[in-house]
Amino acid sequence: MESNGGGASPIRREIEALKEEKARIEQRISVLEAQLQEEASLALQQQQNDGVCNGFCPSEISSVDANLAHGLSADSIYRYSRHLLLPSFGVQAQSNLLKSSILVVGAGGLGSPALLYLAACGVGRLGIVDHDVVELNNMHRQVIHTEAYIGQPKVKSAAAACRSINSTIQIVEHKQALRTSNALEILSQYDIVVDATDNAPSRYMISDCCVVLGKPLVSGAALGLEGQLTVYNYKGGPCYRCLFPTPPPTTACQRCSDSGVLGVVPGIIGCLQALEAIKIASDIGEPLSGRMLLFDALSARIRIVKIRGRSLQCEVCGENTTFNQQQFKDLDYEKFTQSPLSTPFLRAESQFDPHFQNEHSNESLQKLKLLSPDSRITSKEYKERIISGEPHVLVDVRPELHYKIVSIPNSLNIPLASLEARLPEISSALKEQEKESTGSGANLYVICRRGNDSQRAVDYLRNKGFDLAKDIVGGLDSWANDVDPNFPMY
Amino acid sequence: MHLTLEFGGGLELLCESVKFHNVNVDLPKGADKLSMRDLLAWVRTNLIKERPEMFMKGESVRPGVLVLVNDCDWELSGQLDTTLEEKDVVVFISTLHGG
Repeated sequence: MESNGGGASPIRREIEALKEEKARIEQRISVLEAQLQEEASLALQQQQNDGVCNGFCPSEISSVDANLAHGLSADSIYRYSRHLLLPSFGVQAQSNLLKSSILVVGAGGLGSPALLYLAACGVGRLGIVDHDVVELNNMHRQVIHTEAYIGQPKVKSAAAACRSINSTIQIVEHKQALRTSNALEILSQYDIVVDATDNAPSRYMISDCCVVLGKPLVSGAALGLEGQLTVYNYKGGPCYRCLFPTPPPTTACQRCSDSGVLGVVPGIIGCLQALEAIKIASDIGEPLSGRMLLFDALSARIRIVKIRGRSLQCEVCGENTTFNQQQFKDLDYEKFTQSPLSTPFLRAESQFDPHFQNEHSNESLQKLKLLSPDSRITSKEYKERIISGEPHVLVDVRPELHYKIVSIPNSLNIPLASLEARLPEISSALKEQEKESTGSGANLYVICRRGNDSQRAVDYLRNKGFDLAKDIVGGLDSWANDVDPNFPMY
Repeated sequence: MHLTLEFGGGLELLCESVKFHNVNVDLPKGADKLSMRDLLAWVRTNLIKERPEMFMKGESVRPGVLVLVNDCDWELSGQLDTTLEEKDVVVFISTLHGG
């Protein structure tokens, strides 16, 4: 039989439609089950209040609801039995957990394991906020998502995973970016907030919102091979601003998309966030408030340090603060921290240095325009020049680590940071090309990952007398998009 | 005075990617004790190899850097005026935002 290429897409569409319907039905079932559970426990309470159960009345009650004053159904008892058997947890803590509501902001590297455990452990209502879609380069750390969900909203993917683990709790999807315009409304619906975001303005915004609403905040962060964890705004403890009243310079704010992160590191911090949230929700143990956990994966060290308490001078939670909901709504967190809340489609660049972003405030997240158009060519034009056999040298100014991942053949890797010291290499490469082309001048092109550092390099090179230097607009990103779709991107 | 200094959260990149430093710091001339203020100046001169502005602002650390003296926030011990003692462990850590 001949396979018909046209037959696949209606099937895929139907699968999609069915999946959506399945998710809707599952959601409905979990809502109804929660309702049922609530009604059952209310009825039981009523019974007890009426005194029906005082003394012996074996004929009046079934064996199932005999000792269920805690409100746990038979299924719940079986599902959570290993929790109930724990002397320091038990029925009371599980019952507290089932009545609690927790919001996880961010379904990424931290949010993935946090959500899986929070769903599994039986948090009554679990909210997920995220506006992003699942990408292939998320999979190594954002373990809640599966390949089938690539291109789909993370919220949808995460919610489906949570429902498949525990269909008896309520999962709420907030498919939007958290902003000052919606944060109060969303956060106010939950008892506890878990900050699993990836940028400084979101962290200030979420902390401030938690202070205004009086919600405890479980805050985790991870980058590279290190992680940090603490609980803010818990029973008189400090808030994020007590610790960091002034935002750091943007050059010190790194992102996983630029600096890299070992997948398991946010996994560990996310699990610890789930643990702290569970402790607060079930009211057991000592939450990590007034202390901070610092995790260093490379040296296998976990250190727990004592941090300052609530600051009386804190602008948001201090003694004489006037900070309120209206002020929160009016605050521009992007301006405050000089960095964007989220950049799903604007890609960051920090090639000047593998760890710290470049000096110019916040420009790494925008397209730099340093050069005049006659100092630049597009990736397509560059391709034409290769085909025409034009004598030239291509300098790739990315860090060596990036160059080792992938590069354009015959390019010369001179990282921007060492450009100054390695100018002679460029001169001799140009001379070589000129010899081959029997005397006529050779052109000099510069490329980087996204097209910012290449402009800096060209600007520098022109000042040093390399008058023919041009940068390739949009860097390897545009090479992959416009010239060679098989060129690997990272 | 023998101290153990540790840099984390990316600050180690400012001192040739070395996280742990066992150092011997001389007391300032005429002084009988070493304060965190003195130590910061010493670190800036002797350990920070590049972009000192990523470590310090004025005479203190830049915003976003936590300083811990023997696992305790330096805000609790007097910040710049904290007096250091033999074999103290001082940690400088840049706060992370990633996830």
